[in-house]
Amino acid sequence: MSDDVEADSRAYTVRLELVDRPGELLSALTPIADHGGNLLSIYHERGNITPRGHIPVEVDLECPPDRFSVIVEALKASGVNVIQAGAERYGEEVVAILVGELVESDLSDTLSRIEACATATVVDLSFVAADRNGGDASARLRIAARRGTVREALDAVRSVAEEKGLRVIEPVGADGEAATDAAVEP
Amino acid sequence: MLGAGAVGRAVAELAGEYGHEVVGIADSSGAAVDDDGVDVASALAAKDEAGTVGDADPADVLEADYDALVEATPTTLDDAQPGFGHVERALARDRHVVLANKGPVAERYDEVRELEADSAGEVRFEATVGGAIPIVGTIEDRGPEQVPAVRGVLNGTANFVLSRMATEGLGYDHVLAEAQDMGVAEADPSFDVQGTDAALKCVILANLLAGGGFSLSDAEVEGIEGLPGSALELAAEDGRTVRLIGEASREGVRVGPRLVPAHGTLAVSGTMNIVQIETRHGGRMNLSGRGAGGPETATAVLADLSRLSQ
Repeated sequence: MSDDVEADSRAYTVRLELVDRPGELLSALTPIADHGGNLLSIYHERGNITPRGHIPVEVDLECPPDRFSVIVEALKASGVNVIQAGAERYGEEVVAILVGELVESDLSDTLSRIEACATATVVDLSFVAADRNGGDASARLRIAARRGTVREALDAVRSVAEEKGLRVIEPVGADGEAATDAAVEP
Repeated sequence: MLGAGAVGRAVAELAGEYGHEVVGIADSSGAAVDDDGVDVASALAAKDEAGTVGDADPADVLEADYDALVEATPTTLDDAQPGFGHVERALARDRHVVLANKGPVAERYDEVRELEADSAGEVRFEATVGGAIPIVGTIEDRGPEQVPAVRGVLNGTANFVLSRMATEGLGYDHVLAEAQDMGVAEADPSFDVQGTDAALKCVILANLLAGGGFSLSDAEVEGIEGLPGSALELAAEDGRTVRLIGEASREGVRVGPRLVPAHGTLAVSGTMNIVQIETRHGGRMNLSGRGAGGPETATAVLADLSRLSQ
């Protein structure tokens, strides 16, 4: 990802309803990549079938603002039922690194508690296990948060980390403008 | 001059070049005092040979006939003694004080300012933050009320360790041992790697911005001790790196390892320091340079002396 793309992109959430058929998800996602969108995450709510028998799927993606309507049109043109688009749930992103006994302290619980902070979702996780020399494990979290709530999201990270004895390496100036260096302005 | 460590020595050696005269210099066990000017070279030679700069009582220096006291004894925490007492005595005699010792302005800033208010003497402390980099003077020139926040890399040892870990992919213990061999880290590096040194500097800056009210106990401090190489790898994969960043504002002081863009302004390497000063109307200023070292820090002391003599 070049800096230019990153700088010009912003995050969007698209809510789709898919027919419960093999291959349906893939064909729904193809137009996104085809039109310059970068998939951040997909929530395939299999257990939550709509009254019409469709499966709701929430897709977080980033793209330059001028591409977004093109992507939505392409989704519709390919027959995908777009329920909600452009209602931007997550406008900002922040990256933080957790260090410590991540596995022992239940990493998935850590993540779900960060997500329990209603304004944020962990869109990406990279993990490096503890090494043989006794070096701690580390995990890099990419967190999408609603505009103006990066601070709240980081507070959630800090409080979970503190409780579990983990260290947090957060971006500099995380409570101010520099925090959102990867963020996406309207 | 009180203190004849790396900074004190360098101040004494450079004083003449800057147009100042040393009338007294003391280390912890002895002193040389001469109203007509101490022979700096022989005092420092005496220190090398006999371990002290002279036979006089160190207390005599405090009572010597000087214009400005240069306080360059080792930084102490809590009551900041004996440095604070030296400041107190000089101000009581209506003399100026130039600090290289961080203790008095980090731990007892309000008291120092009160004593200064009752004195004809003035207290300056450029050398306590960022070595050769003119941070305090820059903030004073702009007006502390015009500066909402200051942040930066203010500890060269921690920065050396983190930048080596990132570029060489080496572990913390390995790099720290290397830094000790090179003389970049002290035998007991805890003051640097636990973030205390950076925190003291940020506390001083917060005091400057807020007009006082802060001491080390108010700072939120986390060091870099034992940071795994994996954290730096994960940061690098994302175009970032980790630096020990101190942040000071009127709201408080925080020091800890933070993510910064790998090729960004704050990612200085080696023992370099950098500060970013936010100004209300002038935007952000970045000042970088050598944040430690005898001659480097001495230049800040000498700059303060020049300001006082103007």
